[in-house]
Amino acid sequence: MNLLANIISLTIVFAVPLMLVALGGMYSEHSGVINLALEGIMVIGALCACFTLQAMDKNGFGPVHPQLSMLLAILVAGLSGMVFSLLLAFAAINLKADQTIGGTALNTFAPAFAVVVTWAVQGQGLTTIQIPSWIRITQATFGLEAGNGFFDSLIFKYFYLTTPIAVVLFFAAWILMYKTRFGLRLRACGEHPQAADSVGINVYKMRYSGVLISGFLGGIGGLAYTIAVGSGFSSSVGGYGFLALAVMIFGNWKPLQILGSSVFFALFKVIAAYNSSIPFLPKLEGLKDKSSLYQMLPYVVTMIVLIFTSKNSQAPKAEGIPYDKGSR
Amino acid sequence: MKQKKSLAENGMLISILASVISIVVGLLFGFILLMILNPAKAGIGMSAMLTTGFSSMDQFGKVLYQSAPLMLCGLSVGFASKTGMFNIGASGQYTIGAFCALVGAIALQLPWYCCLVLALVGGGVWGIFPGLFKAVFNVNEVITSIMFNWIGMFMVNLLYANMPIMLASAWGASNSDRSAALSAANRGAIIPKAGLDKLFGNSSWINISVFIAILVAVIVWFILEKTTFGYELKACGLNKEASRYAGINANRNIVVSMIIAGGLSGLGGGLYYLAGTIQYVLEKRILSMGFNGIPVSLLANSNPIGTIFSSLFISYIQVGGSAMQPNFSSESTDIIIAVIIYLAAFALLTRGLIVRLLTGRNRKEGKA
Repeated sequence: MNLLANIISLTIVFAVPLMLVALGGMYSEHSGVINLALEGIMVIGALCACFTLQAMDKNGFGPVHPQLSMLLAILVAGLSGMVFSLLLAFAAINLKADQTIGGTALNTFAPAFAVVVTWAVQGQGLTTIQIPSWIRITQATFGLEAGNGFFDSLIFKYFYLTTPIAVVLFFAAWILMYKTRFGLRLRACGEHPQAADSVGINVYKMRYSGVLISGFLGGIGGLAYTIAVGSGFSSSVGGYGFLALAVMIFGNWKPLQILGSSVFFALFKVIAAYNSSIPFLPKLEGLKDKSSLYQMLPYVVTMIVLIFTSKNSQAPKAEGIPYDKGSR
Repeated sequence: MKQKKSLAENGMLISILASVISIVVGLLFGFILLMILNPAKAGIGMSAMLTTGFSSMDQFGKVLYQSAPLMLCGLSVGFASKTGMFNIGASGQYTIGAFCALVGAIALQLPWYCCLVLALVGGGVWGIFPGLFKAVFNVNEVITSIMFNWIGMFMVNLLYANMPIMLASAWGASNSDRSAALSAANRGAIIPKAGLDKLFGNSSWINISVFIAILVAVIVWFILEKTTFGYELKACGLNKEASRYAGINANRNIVVSMIIAGGLSGLGGGLYYLAGTIQYVLEKRILSMGFNGIPVSLLANSNPIGTIFSSLFISYIQVGGSAMQPNFSSESTDIIIAVIIYLAAFALLTRGLIVRLLTGRNRKEGKA
């Protein structure tokens, strides 16, 4: 039973970054900008947040007010992701640059920048930022007895502030996208910017908002990923930014389906780690390195799904095309 | 006056100027960043990056050796972009190519040139997917390429783990986390040095791979500029609908150009791992060589001949970057590369600016 609790809680903790970042990608793409830079945004968010946590740990505020510090770190992650995504927005919207190339530039920049800065701050060769242990929400946070039962493992084994925040952000993102005037206008800019402009919507402003929201969510996602992995931040988010793109496509650019597909992808990640101890999986005797197989499967499934859904894909029609007022 | 006007209209010159400007801006940005991080050592770090490549024949040999796979990945990205495709999947094709080359070398005990053909074929097979998905299902090639980068990496790791003969542990070494050293497994699969090692002060890096890469660059240039096939590919890239109207089978061309682009990256993987100095390490991360094909191609403005020079430059600062340690991390070069890519993203704007500057200057000179 404890194995089941572990699998569920690990799946949740890995689904959180995927969902947040994929939602971010969704916002950017619905506004009409392909955000390939999610990986880089995650790295920058995680970098800044981890430095914040480290500083909190050193000045003694963190151990005393752990969740308040964590909230601060989450905000730092979101804001730094936002600032970094400005680079993409500026190139893609103002300069009408090629969005994929701009995103590739940001993805090249972020991990390199993270290594160089950590190296310079922590000294040569020390490229991992340790995360303080007090950030985890434990039974003690609620004044409960620490236990070892099913629900203790299920809830408290991998419980961080990022999880409840992600739930809040999910509903906020859903409402903002489908129940507000802003969301409708944003989607219009991704479908037919010329039409949106003709009724007085400022396409540039909307696209900026889309990219900045994706930067905010991507930055928090970076921190959530680093926490999920649990071994400190070493200037990488292990391709989760790209995986989140797959989640977004698999989720057909819609929040609820993105939630479902992020759980699906996270489950495969966890199965890859636990495959030897899960009884109902096929044993595949004689096959070595089964974790590679399980980690490969979500990508293969995404490609197969793409074949079947490409004919009626919900992808925003105008994504990737710079909007030129003059060509209206 | 007339002569100067043609200067501003010279596309080649503007491309070169745009690349030089982005390199200079990239280097300046890198230098400023180093100044902020560690003012005392910034000068030393920067000069290490910019001089190491020429500091000894051994280091220069390394520059040439690393430029070969970079050149091929750059050619791959550039070739695909001629047909309007962004081949971000060079990394996956490169990984598959390297794997096929090493299977030929270690498991099948083939000579090096057969292994290179295997690398070419392997990369080409991996290039089919983005092309086919685009042509048949209209799936964005960027998405397919990214997915197949990961599928390729996991698949290769899975295959290595299940082919014990491929691992170093089967050939007298103790580690099973990497492919067998070619010096132990099959000396005939190592790309010959043709006496170049003596010329380069017994450099362990240098071999004929850079000349193979240059030869390939010339062949690619010939295909693109001098054949009907190349003309059709470029027509597809410039305007898919117009080329279809002109009777060109655009979908077929997309698939074929991606197969060729994949083959080029794959060959790059073969050249890198058949040198005998590097073993493939089983790690769960995407190899950066394929991604570095993107700046190489962008700097050269997708021109095959320009790719020769841009790959030499990128290789040069990468070799220099590893000499920046311990003062700075070698990733400093990636920051400069990132700035170069960023500037290339709005190359049109930069080019417009250069043209305006050139013509503006001409006007002034005309007045005087």
